Amino acid sequence: MPRIGIFVCQCGNNIAATVDTKKVAEEMARLPGVVFACDYKFMCSSPGQDMLKQAIKDNRLDKVIVSACSPHMHEKTFRKASEAAGLNPYQCEITNIREQCSWVHHDKTKAAGTAKSIDLTRMTIERLKKNKPLKKINIPIKKKALVIGGGIAGIQAALDIAEGGREVILVEREPSIGGNMARLSETFPTMDCSQCILTPKMVEVELNEKITLYTYSEIEKVDGYIGNFIVQIRRKAKYVDEERCTGCGECIEKCPFKVESQFEMKLAKRKVIYTPFPQSVPNVPVIDAPNCPKIQKDKCGACAVVCGPKCIDFKMEDRIITEDVGAIIVATGYELMPNERFGEYGYGRIKDVISGMQFERLASSSGPTGGEIRRPSDGKTPASVVFIQCAGSRDEKKGVSYCSKVCCMYTAKHTMLYHHKVHEGQSYVFYMDIRAGGKRYEEFVRRAIEHDNAMYLRGRVSRVYEKDGKVIVQGADTLSGNQVEIEADMVVLATAIVSRTGADTVAQKLGIGYDKYKFYNEYHPKLKPVETVTAGIFLSGACMGPMDIPDSVAQGSAAAAKALSLFSSDEMMREPITAVVNKPTCNACWDCVTACPYSAIERDTVKNRDGVVVRWLAKVNDGVCQGCGVCVAACRSKAIDLKGYTDEQVYAAINAF
Amino acid sequence: MTAHGKQTEYQTGGFEPKIMAYVCNWCTYAGADLAGTSRMEYRPNVRIIKLPCTGRIDPLFIIKAFENGADGVLVSGCHPGDCHYTTGNYHARRRWIGFKNLMEFTGIDMRRLHFSWVSASEAIKWVDLINKVTDEIKQLGPFMEYKGLKGK
Ligand SMILES: Cc1cc2nc3c(=O)[nH]c(=O)nc-3n(C[C@H](O)[C@H](O)[C@H](O)COP(=O)(O)OP(=O)(O)OC[C@H]3O[C@@H](n4cnc5c(N)ncnc54)[C@H](O)[C@@H]3O)c2cc1C
Ligand code: SF4
Ligand code: SF4
Ligand code: FES
Repeated sequence: MPRIGIFVCQCGNNIAATVDTKKVAEEMARLPGVVFACDYKFMCSSPGQDMLKQAIKDNRLDKVIVSACSPHMHEKTFRKASEAAGLNPYQCEITNIREQCSWVHHDKTKAAGTAKSIDLTRMTIERLKKNKPLKKINIPIKKKALVIGGGIAGIQAALDIAEGGREVILVEREPSIGGNMARLSETFPTMDCSQCILTPKMVEVELNEKITLYTYSEIEKVDGYIGNFIVQIRRKAKYVDEERCTGCGECIEKCPFKVESQFEMKLAKRKVIYTPFPQSVPNVPVIDAPNCPKIQKDKCGACAVVCGPKCIDFKMEDRIITEDVGAIIVATGYELMPNERFGEYGYGRIKDVISGMQFERLASSSGPTGGEIRRPSDGKTPASVVFIQCAGSRDEKKGVSYCSKVCCMYTAKHTMLYHHKVHEGQSYVFYMDIRAGGKRYEEFVRRAIEHDNAMYLRGRVSRVYEKDGKVIVQGADTLSGNQVEIEADMVVLATAIVSRTGADTVAQKLGIGYDKYKFYNEYHPKLKPVETVTAGIFLSGACMGPMDIPDSVAQGSAAAAKALSLFSSDEMMREPITAVVNKPTCNACWDCVTACPYSAIERDTVKNRDGVVVRWLAKVNDGVCQGCGVCVAACRSKAIDLKGYTDEQVYAAINAF
Repeated sequence: MTAHGKQTEYQTGGFEPKIMAYVCNWCTYAGADLAGTSRMEYRPNVRIIKLPCTGRIDPLFIIKAFENGADGVLVSGCHPGDCHYTTGNYHARRRWIGFKNLMEFTGIDMRRLHFSWVSASEAIKWVDLINKVTDEIKQLGPFMEYKGLKGK
């Protein structure tokens, strides 16, 4: 027989006004197994807690119930007190007789409140009889982080974690880190040159001893859980030995073949052996294998001939490496809606219709025109440029329903850059609304209009066509109510920011959520903005949605802070409310595996002495299981149960109804 | 009646139904707490059993409640999309659709079984729900069909 103690709290008058606490205690004292029952003014006060501890010792209680306020208030308090008196904390249960009883039943005769408190306490007693001692789960933490994506957000996260004294692995898909920011000319709202503020950070990443950089690499597979992830990384063959390469660039010089440069947004060509841009980190070229005739059909090989340290190896293969990390930060950034989607604005037909990112390259001093604004068709300096905002944004039918957030700002920036470089030039901007909500952003747009002569026209463009070397833009100016027609030399589209191609595949490998546009979901949009539903995986930057540099950097730092606080202890304690499989009855139907929202259940095998698999069964991974119990209700063989909410406990409570 | 027996009765004159509520810890339980902190008032006929998530609720819990003398059963959790465990309530919803048909087939009046979404901030919704369900079941009268089943 258990030795149960019941403590009914009066909570001053909060409970006692509508519940006869003394009567509740008396009634409970009569139930089998209850050896002690009392009521008390304030159970949570320190005399109240001392009384509880003393009663446990004096009466050799092995299970206790505090019938008081909601468990959300003081369950922890009373479990701690019970533990101090020598009980397993999970042998202490709370009955909620305040929030869900005395406070909602105002009957002054106390009849209803007392009856309900008796019932609820009785149900708790029967449940408690089935409680088993539970032990908090200790999860050891590997104090090393993985950052996926080396744009500004990922760079910031990696640097902050390294600064905090922890090791970081930074995995970048491209041959260089830098991301989209490396393409930008100058940056709003301060107009610093993007390369000038980014390059030092990229170099810091390369020099920092705590950071291991894997460029030209991707995540292959992720296993494990918070504190204990096992990550497989594919290091794609660069065909150049990174250790020996001095970055002299002779090979690039000598390579006779050229293809379109993705980094230059197809405004220029690059060699087949290449670095994306001159300031690349690491400054090691890679061979673009599908376009290399040596690799494809054993013709050429000019680069290997000139390479001094002989670091070119055409036979190099992809390698898979495995790393153990405790936290993962996802910072894979964004792409732009392909220009090809904008046939209606003449893209594809008219050479001088370009995207905003292409304009960045034209304005960049390291870009294909050395920073001079010259149009693609004939290299002439355009005397007038039309900028069209919201190309693909805020229009579910033609693109995406959301606002790309940075286009209003960078279009204003573009008009300034244009005016600074082509003093006589005239810029026009077609816009729907101006969204300049950041610090000093509104002032920035006003400056474009007032000082840099940008002509803002509110309205949609209806038609773009070519005539006598000009691009004619027809549209409406809804403010004046007039139809306008502009003869421009160049048109720049502020194309929508979209998620990375394959963002969903990456999310599935990690077990994190994404929205219908494949931007990654934060755990809570307000209170957990850089966490994901998977503990230990954090987000930063534009992989969550359109975002500017200041926000991307802030989030990179926020995610790093989350990882560092996780790393501040050697292990973490978790509530032991997890599912457990009863091996003999599991028939390996995997219903639980499919049902579990956290992929916490594995398909495990039992082997005989000879190592032959004799049967399969489900196995719950304690580190991953969040204790929802979905699997328990899904299992038709009743072979899986949830600690702390076992079938036995629930049915005991129902039977005492 | 004493605590040894079934649901404790108190004198009101008429029939007082016994209602079992299975709620999830994160939304409805918190919503019911909020009704308390806001000192709202509702009918005292409901007894709550807290579970981590509606996804933990086995349809058998409902049958067991009827067997144990419940005149009505209520199941409530987070709104679709808001489940603390992301998709637990979708599992629950799918399960109930099948279960409802079975209940109808076995002849249980569906007015005795209520499914609802009550969030942590919807104290008023909780209060209205309990009052509505209690009054409706009062009208229906005691549920007798399962009373014999338990052999008690
Ligand atoms: C035309 C234009 C102008 C802009 N001008 C400004 C401006 O003036 N000021 C401003 O504040 N903001 C500006 N922005 C916004 C700015 O570009 C972004 O805020 C910033 O680049 C976001 O950084 P990020 O690190 O999140 O993403 P990204 O820069 O996209 O970096 C993501 C990185 O992750 C890598 N990656 C992707 N997938 C994987 C994978 N699966 N595995 C490994 N690596 C992967 C990518 O190769 C990339 O290096 C502009 C944007 C545009 C389109
Ligand atoms: S649902 Fe039950 S029987 Fe099926 S695999 Fe899971 S534990 Fe085993
Ligand atoms: S309790 Fe929930 S999280 Fe844990 S194994 Fe079961 S379904 Fe997965
Ligand atoms: S936690 Fe409320 S329904 Fe899942």
